[in-house]
Amino acid sequence: MANTRKRSFPAALAFFVIISAITIIWSGPFLWMVVASFKPQTFGGLDMASVVPNFMPTLANYELAWMSADFVGLYINTLIVVFGILSVQLVTITLAAYAFARLEFPFKTFLFYLFLLQLMIVPPILIVPNLKTLVGLGLSDTLVAVMAPYFASAFGTFLLRQTFKSIPRDFEDAAVIDGCNWFQILRYVLLPLAKPALVAFSIVSVVAHWNEFLWPLMVIDSPDKMTLTVGLASFARAAEGAADWGLIAAGTMIVMLPLIIAFTLFQKQFVNSFMFSGIK
Amino acid sequence: MSSGIKVWLYLTPALFFLVMFTYYPMVQVLWDSFFFKAYGQETASFVGFDNYARLFRDPEFGVAVKNNIIYAVGTVIPSLAVGFGLALALMESTRFKNFARAIFFFPTLVPLIAAAALWIFVYFPNIGLLDYYLAKIGIGSTNWLGDSDIALFSMMLLSIWKNAGFYMLFYIAGLQGIGEEYYEAAELEGASYFQRLRYITLPLLGPTTAFVFIIALIHVFTYVDHVIMMTKGGPIGSTNLVLYYIFQNAHEFNDAAKATTSTVVSVIALLAFSFFSIRTMERGIHYES
Repeated sequence: MANTRKRSFPAALAFFVIISAITIIWSGPFLWMVVASFKPQTFGGLDMASVVPNFMPTLANYELAWMSADFVGLYINTLIVVFGILSVQLVTITLAAYAFARLEFPFKTFLFYLFLLQLMIVPPILIVPNLKTLVGLGLSDTLVAVMAPYFASAFGTFLLRQTFKSIPRDFEDAAVIDGCNWFQILRYVLLPLAKPALVAFSIVSVVAHWNEFLWPLMVIDSPDKMTLTVGLASFARAAEGAADWGLIAAGTMIVMLPLIIAFTLFQKQFVNSFMFSGIK
Repeated sequence: MSSGIKVWLYLTPALFFLVMFTYYPMVQVLWDSFFFKAYGQETASFVGFDNYARLFRDPEFGVAVKNNIIYAVGTVIPSLAVGFGLALALMESTRFKNFARAIFFFPTLVPLIAAAALWIFVYFPNIGLLDYYLAKIGIGSTNWLGDSDIALFSMMLLSIWKNAGFYMLFYIAGLQGIGEEYYEAAELEGASYFQRLRYITLPLLGPTTAFVFIIALIHVFTYVDHVIMMTKGGPIGSTNLVLYYIFQNAHEFNDAAKATTSTVVSVIALLAFSFFSIRTMERGIHYES
């Protein structure tokens, strides 16, 4: 395939060893997290960094972590935020993508470029004026304010427009002859055919907003409305002050576990979605 | 339903939120940057460009801009190089290579704040992960985050680790898109592996590199979670970045004038960069066709 070097056996072995070594170094922080999270407290101190699991694993760190922060509440808030954003996005991007892909109207190119501007002027740059707007609307310290700046997505509109454009018009013409209205055409013809793009966008959107930190940190003051990342930050800062590394490892693990499970199960889907997100 | 009304029905939901949270704030922040509200004053008064003069006189802002440029260069170029190298090594699909790809890609998926929480320990002097294992090969302890000469480089290393696997994916896609016939022709001419890399692979990956470069550059100006978590811009301002400066003035110092004015400067810089990069991207795509 493509530009490959024909390797002799020793060269192939050397390649395997080098790549394996880099892989292990790269995963070092995660290996440490897993090992340290099961390490008994008394093991702290000088040997804390060892990734060799030469001890009886304990769940003590997890128990302590689970009690030190309201992870259930943090999880619920995060789920509300990511799926709240996604459901509004799916509506706004589908409608806009349909207009840009199928309809003719004045200033179409200009409006399209106006949409694309959001790819560059990304929301984190506008935290100061956006916070002012939301405070003015009486929405400060609410989950709606955490979601609102992301309800429209230039990236999603663009991705879906490209997909709609690649679908032959014949399908819609046939549906029109059968008496379908525009909503039925979208619902039964275009959206099913655009499923791979919708899945890719959904995965990228959920991961991006699950991981978001700066904006929820600015918007939310009440502890009961915090998202996972904001909760983890204050949790980790407290544990760091006490130099309780096992506790940080366990807390980080609790936050990352769903991601690790989802990625292990749907690895291909994740990789493809992120790859898809770059194909313009 | 007339088609004119129909178009607006489709566009309004998206346009409404874009106006509200992208276009309007850009105008609002520009307007606000010409006003100053002193402590205890009821209304803000028009001050012209005074806020800009005050911003540019603030040495901390200059330091943040300088740091951000160093951080951008020191993060973007190595991450692209590492991403490209990994893609070359792992482009064929085998069980082992797919597994390695997943390992390199995984840091992209985790929250930056979780990565930062782990890397506080990685960088912890003496007992931390890095010093512990470096000591085994005879390298003494380093104050990775506490030494103002090193802290920014430590942040770069974390960002490279976090993002190189993401860029690797685009390079793998790019490499797989290069037609076999180029390499066959080159091989007939007796071109070596490195000659093929230099004269076929790299030029044909121009559009990929342009695209990845833009994503990477936006990334270094819009993510400061690790700065908030690990260093708070210190020690002595050595890891202060522009967005952190904005955040700190808005959230901690309550200096609205500096927060708005530095936002305007960032928006203008990003707009200028957008115009430049759209042209570069177009050139890159023309090259391909």
